[in-house]
Amino acid sequence: MKPGAFGYRRAESAEDAVRLFLEVGEGAQYLAGGQSLMATLNFRVSEAGTLIDLTRIESLKGIEQRGNAIHIGALTTHASVARSSLVRKRLPLIAEAYVHVAHPAIRNRGTIGGSIALGDPASEMPACMLALDAVIHANGPAGKRSIPIDDFYLGLYETALEEGELLTGIEIPLPAEGARHGFEEIARRHGDYAMAGLAVMTTGRRARMAYFAISDRALRSTAAEDAFVSGASPAECAEVATREMYVFGDLNASENMKRHLAGVLMRRVLLSLDGGASA
Amino acid sequence: MTETMPIRLKVNGEAVSALVEPRQHLADFLRLHLQLTGTHVGCEHGVCGACTVRMNGDIVRGCLTLAVQADGAEIETIEGLSESGEIADIQAAFHRRNALQCGFCTPGMLVTTSELLACIDRVPTREEVRSYLSGNYCRCTGYQAIVDAIVEVAVARRSGSDT
Ligand SMILES: Cc1cc2nc3c(=O)[nH]c(=O)nc-3n(C[C@H](O)[C@H](O)[C@H](O)COP(=O)(O)OP(=O)(O)OC[C@H]3O[C@@H](n4cnc5c(N)ncnc54)[C@H](O)[C@@H]3O)c2cc1C
Ligand code: FES
Ligand code: FES
Repeated sequence: MKPGAFGYRRAESAEDAVRLFLEVGEGAQYLAGGQSLMATLNFRVSEAGTLIDLTRIESLKGIEQRGNAIHIGALTTHASVARSSLVRKRLPLIAEAYVHVAHPAIRNRGTIGGSIALGDPASEMPACMLALDAVIHANGPAGKRSIPIDDFYLGLYETALEEGELLTGIEIPLPAEGARHGFEEIARRHGDYAMAGLAVMTTGRRARMAYFAISDRALRSTAAEDAFVSGASPAECAEVATREMYVFGDLNASENMKRHLAGVLMRRVLLSLDGGASA
Repeated sequence: MTETMPIRLKVNGEAVSALVEPRQHLADFLRLHLQLTGTHVGCEHGVCGACTVRMNGDIVRGCLTLAVQADGAEIETIEGLSESGEIADIQAAFHRRNALQCGFCTPGMLVTTSELLACIDRVPTREEVRSYLSGNYCRCTGYQAIVDAIVEVAVARRSGSDT
């Protein structure tokens, strides 16, 4: 199907994008890679008055280390993040997760910022950001601010971003020496959205464990984290996650199935950590 | 009244300028304005891969990219890749191995394959080929013959470059 008519403006910088958003007013919508937005516009499950194209904002592209953190610009494509040697070396969780994100032609245009801002509950990057304790940088009508990832996802496709607020980048603290990561995803076909998935980072006995495609949004299992910290076995952590997790069924799998998969994933990921090189 | 915007781009090496509606996607622009109908339109929501073209050297979905976004870009379509001979060996192998039946998916398959073989510096495993093509649907062949053809080309290109 074809989308309804809309206007088109091209932003040159983050400030310019916010200015255009306010100028357009009603019906303004940011367009990043378009790999989710264009699909819904073509299908007419969403409509836009005017798209504000972010893809030419060079200052929001790129990956660099600043002090003890890695900064990734919101408009950096999935493909560039997945290929980055800095990411592969220092943030292997992200590199590993990217193997599961969509298909090559979609990764060439889709952006990490778009994926995080959209907050599809079945997306890999939101859960990775939770596991890595990232900070979201935003710029909007009310100015610039930083949002800890734990405060970012509020519900189904609902984030802390205000109307017109642009996600400009993410800041990921470098994992400590000896930190370990684990990632597992169950999907029907390679590159399809997940039926269930889990991203985990541990340092010593500290842990952040974030599910995707289990709830209405990417969500940590703090109950399983606490169990892990107090020395529970992978099987025990799996049991806690299965019991305590807030589960939300979708077209891919019922609530019961997701609850079951939450446990399966937890056991698999924690066993893979134990089998890996120790800290 | 629908608003149109001027765009200038290069398509298969030739300069093109046109007035387009913002809502027109790149695949429709190529087919309707330029009569380059080798780029196919299947699902129009990013799933089937029939609309795959190259934009500034990278493969993209023609149906999820707006024509206005291609302003200033270099686009290569199956017509361009065929004429330049760049993918002649892949086309011959598809033909030889019966890697197409109705041919609807074939332009997208060929464009995607050209990127796969360009970005890997060894012969890909069958699993890697399937994973790279996971975003391209074929309703006819069952994929086996497509994978056969691609592995055959990869092997031939390696042995060619080793001598
Ligand atoms: C067939 C197919 C399979 C896919 N499979 C997967 C998968 O397995 N895993 C996965 O994670 N994704 C998948 N995707 C989605 C893909 O990763 C998208 O690229 C991504 O979700 C959205 O990023 P985008 O840059 O394309 O954003 P867009 O589609 O341009 O935008 C999405 C939404 O976010 C808003 N937005 C975008 N950028 C910003 C910003 N910087 N600030 C504020 N708001 C913003 C837009 O206004 C829009 O509402 C798939 C897509 C397709 C078509
Ligand atoms: S027509 Fe573009 S992916 Fe199907
Ligand atoms: S040959 Fe018919 S869809 Fe592939």
